[in-house]
Amino acid sequence: MSHAEVLIPPQPAPKNLDKPLTLARVMGCLVVGLWIILAIALIGMIIEGWDVEKFTRYGPRYLHGLMTTIVLVAVSVVCGAVLSVPLAFARMSKNKVINGLAFCYVYVFRGTPLLAQLFLIYYGLGQFRPQLEAVGLWWFFRDAWYCGLFSMTINTAAYQAEILRGAIESVPRGQHEAASSLGIHKIIAFRKIVLPQALIVALRPYGNEIILLIKGSAVVAIITVLDLMGETRYAFSRTFDYQTYLWAAIFYLAMVESLRHLWNWIERRLTRHLKR
Amino acid sequence: MGGLSSALGSLWTWIGYVFDPLCGPVGIFTWLGQSTILACGDTGWGDEIAAGLKVTVAVALVTLPIGLLIGFMVALGQQSEEKAVRLAAGIYTTIFRGLPELLTLFIIYYGMQILLQSLLAWVGYDGRVEINAFVSGVIALSVVFSSYCSEVLLSAFRAIPKGQYEAGDALGLHRGRTMVLIILPQLVRIALPGLVNLWMILLKDTSYVSIIGLADVLRQTGVAVKVTKEAFLFYTLACGIYLGLAIISSFGLRYIERWAKRSEISR
Repeated sequence: MSHAEVLIPPQPAPKNLDKPLTLARVMGCLVVGLWIILAIALIGMIIEGWDVEKFTRYGPRYLHGLMTTIVLVAVSVVCGAVLSVPLAFARMSKNKVINGLAFCYVYVFRGTPLLAQLFLIYYGLGQFRPQLEAVGLWWFFRDAWYCGLFSMTINTAAYQAEILRGAIESVPRGQHEAASSLGIHKIIAFRKIVLPQALIVALRPYGNEIILLIKGSAVVAIITVLDLMGETRYAFSRTFDYQTYLWAAIFYLAMVESLRHLWNWIERRLTRHLKR
Repeated sequence: MGGLSSALGSLWTWIGYVFDPLCGPVGIFTWLGQSTILACGDTGWGDEIAAGLKVTVAVALVTLPIGLLIGFMVALGQQSEEKAVRLAAGIYTTIFRGLPELLTLFIIYYGMQILLQSLLAWVGYDGRVEINAFVSGVIALSVVFSSYCSEVLLSAFRAIPKGQYEAGDALGLHRGRTMVLIILPQLVRIALPGLVNLWMILLKDTSYVSIIGLADVLRQTGVAVKVTKEAFLFYTLACGIYLGLAIISSFGLRYIERWAKRSEISR
């Protein structure tokens, strides 16, 4: 029977080999370099084309456009949320007619581009001026801002209805049954048991929907609303300076990224109790 | 050679005419729109709108493979072991998912013009450069599509267990062969619902190319509106066409989904 007479002395840790220069690495460095060059070029373009007169003339307009975009998105998200509740319940109802109508609404507004809806409402309804004047709604459909708000609202209502329905249906049936076996009234069970669970599920899709709406709101510039995109187009048409679009890109990116981080923070905070 | 290409060209025109859903021999406007404002030919707007429909479909169909390819590359980059590659791919998706599609379109349309102009000026050519609206529209849309597509593909990649790669290695397959034979078939199955969604979004996003002057459905209906002042009719028609495209593609996609799921256990 053999056994070791001497123990192997402790060895030093293996040396860290230098990573080989793979194709992926070279490509990655190249692409990062490309991004850096692009960023430097953009900054250079902004510094080179810096013009105090332009800045004082268009800077406040940009901020005003930013405010318009934010107000437009905020109001349409809230109005859309209000409108989406009956739609979501209609989608879940057992009545075939109501269900079908809600399905058609959602399908039509999710299946057509926002731009086409906007044109239909702004230019198409403008054709019915006498009728609208008779009803007393002409002041609403005459204004591009209201038309943009209206089309964004009905568009986001369709999306939000689907989000809400999916979230409510994701709550297991057993929750309803448990509530009714405890003798809790249906409405209270919905408000205190189903809805809180559903809204946590819906949180992330809602965030995505708001981001999509911020990006979609740029199209209202086409019907002459002076939102961020509209001011950008105005400034570009006056100066033919490419920078105008870069500034708009910075504003939009800042808006979307800050909303995304805010939403991540909210989600982390609200789902603390679900962490394991 | 000239005869052959002209014959091919006329064959292509004939195919385009026969299968035209609006103005072809079995087209909607040919049958229902005769002697109205929507008639095909010189008297109505049917043929203009049919041409616009072709442009819309062409933009979407050309964008799809390019966007899928770029998206696949970016998704591979995002899960690469190299930090630099991950960073580069991350910057790409962050930028193009954060910008409005319309702004991306403008930035690429005017930016490419400026870039080409300065490059040519550097070489020594001093003329005006006009970028084709179709090309820049396709580039902008595929950039946007690819950044969303990469996210869908990335989450699909993460759903595939590591053992599948190891099994490929154990069988002695080359990396590329593992990807094509083992990973891709599963990837398609997992990512398909997300990609279907993206295709629907792409169909709607093609409407933005009308703003840089490409004669798609929305542009053509807009021209018709300017002439005839029948805004409601024409824009309803445009919405209807987009809706029709969505319905038709949802049927096609249902077939593809069934094809992708054919080997799964039916429950």
